[in-house]
Amino acid sequence: MLLLVGVWPTLGLVGMLRPRGRMVARVLFPLGALTCLAVAALAGIFLARGAAAEVMVLPLGLPDLPFHLRLDALSGFFLLLLCVAGAGISTFSAGYFRSGEGTSPGLMGLEFHIFLASMAMVILADDAYAFMVAWETMALSSYFLVTSQHRIPEIRRAGFLYLLMAHVGAICILLSFGVLQGGSWHFTFDAMRASSVSLAPFWASTAFLLALLGFGVKAGMVPLHVWLPEAHPAAPSPVSAMMSALMLKTAVYGLLRVSFDLLRVRHWQWGVLVLVLGLFSGIYGAIFAAVQTDMKRLLAYSSIENIGIIFTGIGLAILFETAGLRLFAALALCAALVHSLNHALFKSLLFLTTGSVLHATSHRSLGKLGGLIRRMPWVAALALVGTLAIAGLPPLNGFVSEWLLLQAFLFTEQIPHAFVNMFVPLGAAVLALTAALAAYVMVKFYGVVFLGQPREPSLVEAHDANWLERIGLAWLALGCIAIGVVPQLALRPAGAVTGELLACRVNPTGSIWWIAPIAAKQASYSGLILLAGIFGVIGVTYLLVRRLAHGRMGRGAAWDCGYPWQTARMQDTAEGFGQPIRHMFGAFFKMERHLPAATDVAPRYRIRIEDRMWGAIYRPIAISTQWIAAQVGRLQGGSLSIYLMYSFFTLIALLVLVFVI
Amino acid sequence: MRAITVVRQFGEIVLAIGIAPLFAGWIAQCRAWLQNRSAPPLRQQYRMLRKLFLKDALLAPNASALFRLTPYILFATMVLAAAIIPSLATDLPFARAADSIALIGLFATARVFLSLAAMDVGTAFGTMGARREMMVGFLAEPALLMVLFNAFLLFGSTALPSLVDGYANHPSIIDPSVIFAAVAFVMVLLAENARIPIDNPATHLELTMIHEAMLLEYSARHLALVEWASSLKLFNYACIGFALFIPWGIATNGHDGVAALLISIAALILKLIVAGAALALIESLSAKLRIFRAPEYLAMAFLLAVLGLLVHLLLGAHSL
Repeated sequence: MLLLVGVWPTLGLVGMLRPRGRMVARVLFPLGALTCLAVAALAGIFLARGAAAEVMVLPLGLPDLPFHLRLDALSGFFLLLLCVAGAGISTFSAGYFRSGEGTSPGLMGLEFHIFLASMAMVILADDAYAFMVAWETMALSSYFLVTSQHRIPEIRRAGFLYLLMAHVGAICILLSFGVLQGGSWHFTFDAMRASSVSLAPFWASTAFLLALLGFGVKAGMVPLHVWLPEAHPAAPSPVSAMMSALMLKTAVYGLLRVSFDLLRVRHWQWGVLVLVLGLFSGIYGAIFAAVQTDMKRLLAYSSIENIGIIFTGIGLAILFETAGLRLFAALALCAALVHSLNHALFKSLLFLTTGSVLHATSHRSLGKLGGLIRRMPWVAALALVGTLAIAGLPPLNGFVSEWLLLQAFLFTEQIPHAFVNMFVPLGAAVLALTAALAAYVMVKFYGVVFLGQPREPSLVEAHDANWLERIGLAWLALGCIAIGVVPQLALRPAGAVTGELLACRVNPTGSIWWIAPIAAKQASYSGLILLAGIFGVIGVTYLLVRRLAHGRMGRGAAWDCGYPWQTARMQDTAEGFGQPIRHMFGAFFKMERHLPAATDVAPRYRIRIEDRMWGAIYRPIAISTQWIAAQVGRLQGGSLSIYLMYSFFTLIALLVLVFVI
Repeated sequence: MRAITVVRQFGEIVLAIGIAPLFAGWIAQCRAWLQNRSAPPLRQQYRMLRKLFLKDALLAPNASALFRLTPYILFATMVLAAAIIPSLATDLPFARAADSIALIGLFATARVFLSLAAMDVGTAFGTMGARREMMVGFLAEPALLMVLFNAFLLFGSTALPSLVDGYANHPSIIDPSVIFAAVAFVMVLLAENARIPIDNPATHLELTMIHEAMLLEYSARHLALVEWASSLKLFNYACIGFALFIPWGIATNGHDGVAALLISIAALILKLIVAGAALALIESLSAKLRIFRAPEYLAMAFLLAVLGLLVHLLLGAHSL
């Protein structure tokens, strides 16, 4: 396993030999994809066998502080997720990165593979030291990937914001580990597991909150999400896919590791906190995704929404677990895990399709796209799979996890806390609203990009993706369909994780035909039968229509209620599609709208929408930081004698201190 | 799985496909009577479908394969939904494929495909209809889910057949939450099926239409399938309502005799007649809302469903 993880950086280094040659694309990225498949297979076998955790100590790191690695069900599951989606992204990247676009393909390859390897190391790490080293490597390599087109000032700014937020998060995680070691000064996770039992409730909660904060920043939990809609559009599409689909999941992994494994969840209030933050992130992300006009920003906000759904599942699992309802906790955790896997698949698929669209049209703004289904049939068909999956529609995979989560919500009535059991069911309504809004967002995304008439004349020359890109996309789309139709593919590995963390598994029937998490009489679902049913009825209907009626068809101008002139400008724009949301959820936005007056010679309509969190949280912090810095700056008079005086007084103060103590 | 259940399953599907246009026609007839117009005959719906199937289809020059495929997908999802909903009997082999939450998902699939198809040609009305349809959809879904939650709290299941069986085993159950849920459900039904307070199925008035705007570019057999799917959707919603709130007459588990079957068919037809008349009455008595009043209407439905839920929890009624 470790050998295979080591293959990635090696591939990257080999690529540096001839950074602009064709070898990087044709050989190294496909090899990386094969490595992904191999690791995924190993992780899958490990999970299927249900074997005990494998431990390993590496002779790397500081003296007396070697790296500990451990493969258990939780890390196995996330490794599987990382590599299944990573294989598709690597294959796509083989066709995507080319010379002449910012950084050379060789350097991109190096950073890309180090990024992959560091994520795998984060998941495998078994002590705080190795974890933090891998975590920082991950942050730095992704920073360099984001800023690969560093000559554009916006990209530099987005990269800096990302780096800043990543380090705020890393500090929180570091502090959390510091609390977790509980004075024992042993930093292996094993020691933390042992010492966390004796941790006082206050310190346990502190450690949990710090971890939630640290991993929440990485995951893009509202209100710590601001870097996400900036960094994702700035990065090249395969990198956005990696960050959104995979890197956010390492944060989910970290939170699960700390809260369920190290801390053994103790207080139901933690669950309420995570649940509320998750639900809020979900609805917030969905609302903001609906008003975006840049396709990658739209997907970035959609990631925030999906992270919200995952956190909702985790919060619910903590609530159930602390209430002693273990089976339902397993159900909620299962939903969160399966949704993580699903999100990795469909979000990387969609981000990669934006890459193909970007290459084909060089437009990112939704206002300049349209009608691409006719020029790019392959990409459009595969993107449709991703769109339906992320919209949470049966029989694809997005529905499976949302269904599981709603099933878990049904049992919140049994939580033995007054008011909590009454208000948590409302969370299900928020979740349903989020899911339905996601469908709205995705109809907007797909409709504006691929359907309708081209909004720019240049789009007629758009070309379809090349064959490597198609393979990468098809692999991910296949994953979406497979998990949707046979949910057991994701449920079994997730069951291994819940078996390890909660000693409980859902889905007792084990049949591949349908899933029935608690009991068949209570609720069951079968994507396979639904899909077969839909195709069966379509086939029969088609044959009957042809047999009993006819198949004659002609083409004529569109009807549109008889309006004779129709131009591409008359279609709904991305702004227009977001208008009902702006109208309904006006309180969420900070809007600046400029309406043309009747007397304007050149009437223009302009709207600017800003995230309220900027004004509410970040700007005050930035302003006060600058103010404090300015005040501190006064100390620096600039003349040497003043500095000598500072040193002198400090010395005296220290001497007094020592004397007093 | 016994042969009789399979036969009954297919019988139910065929009945649903056959009877759905009739139900839509019946509502149209009642509306005409209530509004003092002379009503179209009941078979008018079938005539229209036949006419459409025999015409030559005309497509816009840039219509893609998605546009042509959508009518079939719509029809298939609605037929599938009809197979899952226990309109005549609860012992359905197909019903295990989806519980009521998955059923909402199935309806959402149909809605998304129709909206995408409406955006495909790229006309002004099509995209406008798609946007409005999706807006009504995302507001209606949470309300519907709360209604189902309520049912779950009563009978501990989200599978419709189990709910009907639950009612049959406890016929005396009266829970005030059911009334709230029923009102909320009727409101959602009207909104989801493009009926009057939200949309008007009988108009092509450009600025107010939602559902019809999406169908503008369809013709002939495609239009026939879409129309048939719409009437099936209305029929399905009515049957969900029957299963949730007035399940009397549906043949429950173990009642396989001819008598039970006849009773269930008679009960279904009776319920459809009453429900159709009631819907026509509601539609005739209410005015169409402005499009931006639609969120308030659906928020009202949602609040009613939540009230039902809270009433249930506060009264401490025990689930059975």
